[in-house]
Amino acid sequence: MLEIPCPWCGPRAEVEFACGGESGPPRPADPGSLDDAAWTAWLWNRTNRKGPHVETWWHQAGCGRWFLLARDTSDDRVLASWPIGATPPPLPEEGA
Amino acid sequence: MRFSLANVLRQGFSGQTGWPLQWRKAEPARSYDVVVVGGGGHGLATAYYLARNHLVRRVAVLEKGPIGLGNTGRNTTICRSNYLRPESIALYDHALRLWHGLSEELDYNVMFSPRGVLMLAHTRHEAEVLERHVHADRLAGVDNEWLSPAQAKAFCPPLEIRSLRFPVLGAALQRRGGTARHDAVAWAYARAASARGVDVCEGCEVTGIRVAGGRLVGLETRKGPIATETAVLVAAGHSSVLAKMAGFELPIVSYPLQALVSEPLKPCFPCVAMSGTIHAYVSQSDKGELVIGAGTDRYPSYGQKGSAPVIEDAVEAIAELFPIFRRVRMLRQWAGIVDVTPDRSPILGESPVRGLWLNCGWGTGGFKATPGSGHLTAWSLAHGKPHPLLVPFGLERFSTGRLVDEAAAAAVEH
Repeated sequence: MLEIPCPWCGPRAEVEFACGGESGPPRPADPGSLDDAAWTAWLWNRTNRKGPHVETWWHQAGCGRWFLLARDTSDDRVLASWPIGATPPPLPEEGA
Repeated sequence: MRFSLANVLRQGFSGQTGWPLQWRKAEPARSYDVVVVGGGGHGLATAYYLARNHLVRRVAVLEKGPIGLGNTGRNTTICRSNYLRPESIALYDHALRLWHGLSEELDYNVMFSPRGVLMLAHTRHEAEVLERHVHADRLAGVDNEWLSPAQAKAFCPPLEIRSLRFPVLGAALQRRGGTARHDAVAWAYARAASARGVDVCEGCEVTGIRVAGGRLVGLETRKGPIATETAVLVAAGHSSVLAKMAGFELPIVSYPLQALVSEPLKPCFPCVAMSGTIHAYVSQSDKGELVIGAGTDRYPSYGQKGSAPVIEDAVEAIAELFPIFRRVRMLRQWAGIVDVTPDRSPILGESPVRGLWLNCGWGTGGFKATPGSGHLTAWSLAHGKPHPLLVPFGLERFSTGRLVDEAAAAAVEH
């Protein structure tokens, strides 16, 4: 069971949370201006990184808020969490 | 050496000391006509059919560890073809037909056992969805039938159909489905491919993919560079890692998928039983162990461990549905890393890099497709174009929007 550090509630058990998946680039402001390749890349492609991975989590059974979490997907080690909009802490490079 | 009656007798009288290694321990050459990256069932099958059906001479399979220890050795060995979409039914039934003659074809007992796959419905909604699958399969000429709760109980006596939490409202049964011995499948394909000249290179991880002018020119490996103009990535959960080496991204997310086995029991469970509502499925292996599978974990990961709450949910549900298993002890638990696509269908075809092909995205249900996937991928590589059955599964479907939406892929919800 992972211990997930909610930025508001502190460390809580994994079962209180839902993972929203990889935190990707923001939705393009004008999708109509993109070609098919660029739209497909934004809509479907993921880095699916093996290593430090920034993702959105929802404290579903707690404060109900979304936040960002960095986790190493090779060993599930949680690296940091921070509120959406805040400056992320420095993270290790992939393969470091 | 073939497994013939004469050879079995001869070895029996000589202390079983004359059996050769089942496949050569090959070291990679400097160049190949086709390189298969990934030595699981799909990769080894691809190499076998390249050599067997298409007479491609210089073929290598590169595997980072020993063969068959990734998802091929970690799945729950279920074979079936009762999918929803015509494209998927054709693809998976092609594989199921090959399963039915595979031991003879490969001269190796893969212990294929078409004991029937029973899919349970616990809610009205689920019953209607499964009945729709039954009709879709029958329209496509593939066997699948609808059973009442009493008929399901008769087919699978350990099943509790009046459970308060998970009452059984009916079940879909594919009698031609069943299980096979997963390790034997990898060994059989490796043996048969090696006998036809394929180099099965273990401990040979690919560390780079060389591309020039949009074309594949070679691979970097732990055992030195290999020149090739045709390669196929068959790396399941690590497909995104390899794609990144070639400079593109895939619509794939890697999740752990967990399984566990119990202590061995006397034969007591006649079929494969699956339940979508409760993310669990169970069968009994020939060793007597219950083989239990769960749904995918809730967050992406490459760690082959899995999250404890997911496996607890699966076991709770199994104990509720099959009360005879309540006091059975579990022996081992593990996870495989599965490559899940947005529409739960595989990605098969050429990648954005010319000469570099993809066989990935099988998600939670790749084992069942092993022979068909290898057979059709080999055809595609030999002809330089996707086999007609694979055309709907190309990467370009994510641009055109023509997805093959398969809610049935794992028979469990995601």
